[in-house]
Amino acid sequence: MLAWTIYLSFAGALLEALLPKDKPVLVRWCALTISAAGCVLAVLGFVAGMAHGRTVIADLPWVPAMGIRYTLAADGISLVLVLLTGLAAVAGVLFSWNIELRTNEFFAFYLALIGGVYGVFLSYDLFLLFVFYEIAIVPKYFLISIWGSTRREYGAMKLALYSFVGSAMVLIGLLAAYTTSGSRSTGLVQLAHAGLPVSFQMWAFPLVFIGFGILAGMWPFHTWAPTGHVAAPTAASMLLAGVVMKLGAYGCLRVAMGLFPRGMDPWGFSYLGIGSWRDVFALLAVIGIVYGALVALVQSDFKFVIGYSSVSHMGFVLLGLMTLNQIGMTGAVLQMFSHGIIAGLLFAIVGRIVYERTHTRQLAELEPMYLSKRLPFAAWAFVIAGVASMGLPGFSGFIAELQVLVGSWTAKPWWTAAAGVGIVVGVAYTWRAMQLAFFSDTHSAAHIHEHGHELAPITWPEVAGVSMLVAVSLAVGLYPKILLDAIEPAVKAILAGGGQ
Amino acid sequence: MNYADLLRVTLPETALEITALIVLVVDLSILRKSTLRLRVAGAAVLGVIGCGLALMTIPLQAQGGLNFPGSDQLLLAAGGSTAVAQVGILALTVLTLLLLFNSKFTRNVGEFVAVTLMSATGGLVIAAAQDLLVIFIGLELLSLGLYILTAFAKKSGKSAEAAMKYYLFGGMSAAFLLFGFSYLYGVTGSTNLHRIMLGLYTSNAAQAAPLLYVALVMIAAGLGFKVAAVPFHFWAPDTYEGAPAPAAAFIASVSKVASFALLISIGTAALHVFDGMTSRISVSVGFHLQEPQPIYLGFQSAWMEILTVLAVASMVLGNLAALAQRNVRRLLAYSAIAHAGYILLALAYFSRTPASAQAVLYYILTYGLTTIGAFGVVGAVERASGSDQMEAFAGLHRRNPVLAAILLVLFLSLAGIPPLVGFWAKFNLFAAVLGVSKGAVPFALVALAIAMSAVSLYYYLQVLKRAYVTPALDDSKITVHPVTLTALVFIALWVVMMGVFPSILQVWMQSFYAAM
Repeated sequence: MLAWTIYLSFAGALLEALLPKDKPVLVRWCALTISAAGCVLAVLGFVAGMAHGRTVIADLPWVPAMGIRYTLAADGISLVLVLLTGLAAVAGVLFSWNIELRTNEFFAFYLALIGGVYGVFLSYDLFLLFVFYEIAIVPKYFLISIWGSTRREYGAMKLALYSFVGSAMVLIGLLAAYTTSGSRSTGLVQLAHAGLPVSFQMWAFPLVFIGFGILAGMWPFHTWAPTGHVAAPTAASMLLAGVVMKLGAYGCLRVAMGLFPRGMDPWGFSYLGIGSWRDVFALLAVIGIVYGALVALVQSDFKFVIGYSSVSHMGFVLLGLMTLNQIGMTGAVLQMFSHGIIAGLLFAIVGRIVYERTHTRQLAELEPMYLSKRLPFAAWAFVIAGVASMGLPGFSGFIAELQVLVGSWTAKPWWTAAAGVGIVVGVAYTWRAMQLAFFSDTHSAAHIHEHGHELAPITWPEVAGVSMLVAVSLAVGLYPKILLDAIEPAVKAILAGGGQ
Repeated sequence: MNYADLLRVTLPETALEITALIVLVVDLSILRKSTLRLRVAGAAVLGVIGCGLALMTIPLQAQGGLNFPGSDQLLLAAGGSTAVAQVGILALTVLTLLLLFNSKFTRNVGEFVAVTLMSATGGLVIAAAQDLLVIFIGLELLSLGLYILTAFAKKSGKSAEAAMKYYLFGGMSAAFLLFGFSYLYGVTGSTNLHRIMLGLYTSNAAQAAPLLYVALVMIAAGLGFKVAAVPFHFWAPDTYEGAPAPAAAFIASVSKVASFALLISIGTAALHVFDGMTSRISVSVGFHLQEPQPIYLGFQSAWMEILTVLAVASMVLGNLAALAQRNVRRLLAYSAIAHAGYILLALAYFSRTPASAQAVLYYILTYGLTTIGAFGVVGAVERASGSDQMEAFAGLHRRNPVLAAILLVLFLSLAGIPPLVGFWAKFNLFAAVLGVSKGAVPFALVALAIAMSAVSLYYYLQVLKRAYVTPALDDSKITVHPVTLTALVFIALWVVMMGVFPSILQVWMQSFYAAM
């Protein structure tokens, strides 16, 4: 059933491309129907599959001569991320309701991207996973360069090139693992059990981890993320932060850590406390957390604040992965879900609700606009999203980051201390942005009424999208067991080494 | 000599030559007074029928090929890689002819089609040739046709310039090739590929090792010219830019397939040198044990070094130079150089099993298919806007959405993006390289190739950006002749189909090897 999320999205992309370009209403409703159907399938698949560990959905020979199989399967981690993709896809369509330019092409690229993302999360063959991974990259270029805003062509090209350098590294690792294992198979399970030599894993692990890490916004390879997010149209930046960065993190977990676990073994010497690739990447993750937060603190563009906050939050995911213990890695996966929802919400408010009405994202220009009175919905939505992003208890971000911190404390306490700084700064930059954009009272209300023209009213898709994302974040925050029941056994299986 | 056997092996070539003559006669007699449109259609259709007939004769070829009269030395091979390459050459020739509709660069369409077919005949000969002399004849037959095709747009100065450059470089490289062949003959006393390889393992040849290096470098220069490998690539950008679009497509696809088929023959001969030997023979392999004499390892090690150098130079320079191009044809030329570099890598690390040969053929056939499509789109845009600069592609998605979609598919395939066939071809090719040797050097070379193909995405996206992002300079529609459009759609569909189901072509190719 879950496999139909992929086929449905690709078929939808084709359908959208063939729809007439002068009937945007029809095109929009089609896109909403398709993405909602995908979301329903994802929910049903989640409910049906969460109790069963890893289930194989499809397993057919694809290229028999090279031992490549079309293997789709889902464990708890895949299920959670497929669910996230379904939700983000629907929200993205809702927040793209006002796209008038080449609407059919927009949703064609959009659904192709979604299809690729579903495919990555469900692939259990490395070759297949790579194919879907690349399919998910190309539409982003066009989404950003055609429908984007600030420096869109630069941002799109930068993103595409970073992504492809990353995927080139992954491809080298894929080819190397395939030829070294000698098992004539690219199945993730078969490769994991192929007994790749430790010396090989030692260089393949960092190569593939960095390759995927680039897309996960790993410092210092994160620079595509803020420019890409800022340049992208709202739906694309929601998807970029919401699911595409998760592709990278998922690849780090499933491929780099799943296939080359011995690559994280100690080198046998240590310098400044760094004694293995695991330490290196944990350090990069911690730097990312703090650096992203500090840079977000001084941005003058509202969207850049959110862009850098994504880098910071994705640092928690990578840090959680590097803890290599149950609670830390569970937290990492939960953080992928949580950040996907919250970042999507933040980008929607900034890019769609505010920018489309005020036509500026400069905090200095938003400050005198008195938005809390003129756009109360946006202001309160941002307050909720902001506190969720800060990690307030009751929202999904809290439980996720808490688990990562607990996990990293068990692994190495100083990581936790440094990451804690990131959380504190996180409160500061969210507060600052909220204050400047919405709740500044430097000008009187009368002054605004004289100068400000009337802002367009909030539309129903915006209300629907915001409510949906807030509800999901709250639900997971209040009752995290829904997702944790699926994630924990999957993480346990990976840690035991027999998961794939 | 048994002429019946000769005819059975050369049936496809014969069919093509006869068709070429028929095309000439029909164009000059029956269609003499007709409109240009009708003459183009008539000549192209006849050419396509001829290629179809030649295709049908391929299964009729004598199995195992034709030996030199009165000896066991192979003259022309048949089946296996040869058959795959020949089918590829014929199929790609058909597609090139379909691009001809609506083109107005010449009034002498009969001659154009006839020369194309004769050139393709040369390609068929090269793909089968196992003897230095036959190889040379085939190469000249192919090349002379290509020079003429390049010069065919008589009203265009660029076309004449390109043909002149191509001809001068070609003549020079043919001289180098002959020079190399003569040394090879001098060292081994034979013109047969198999005999040469065997002869190179004897102690006489070992003492002549420096001579062998000279010979191989010369041969590499000659063949490197044909496949446009750096540093023998200078003709390529000018020729691709100046030649009429169908001719450029032909040069970029058919001529490449034939040349790489020849390199496959050489590699296969080198690695199967001891096959079929029943009696014990005395050869001296690496007998110079006293230092500081270098160890002599016959043909393959020296050839591999030369090909590796060419491969690295081609993929680095081709990709980097393509970044700076503003003209789409020149861009395609440099990208062709880069692709040749990837293929040369697989030829340098060549396997005894058919895996490498199949990977190379897979790559070059699908590359040829994609390039013909690319030139088809370029030709259509050129006719409408009179320019082959990147700017001419601006707003293509409005001016002709189908053409833009085809361009998207083909260029992404060239860049190696899954699920298109270009990705699969690259994967297959690099897996073949690593399947031969798992040392650090091939790993590094493959890593370089993959990194370079990530670079290539930039310039392919530059063109696609014009087509999809940049607003159109003028909004007039671009029309394409229905036949050409059908051919282009067919090409794009195959590029997608073979990418999604890569084993279609692979199984088909293996069927030729299984029959051997």
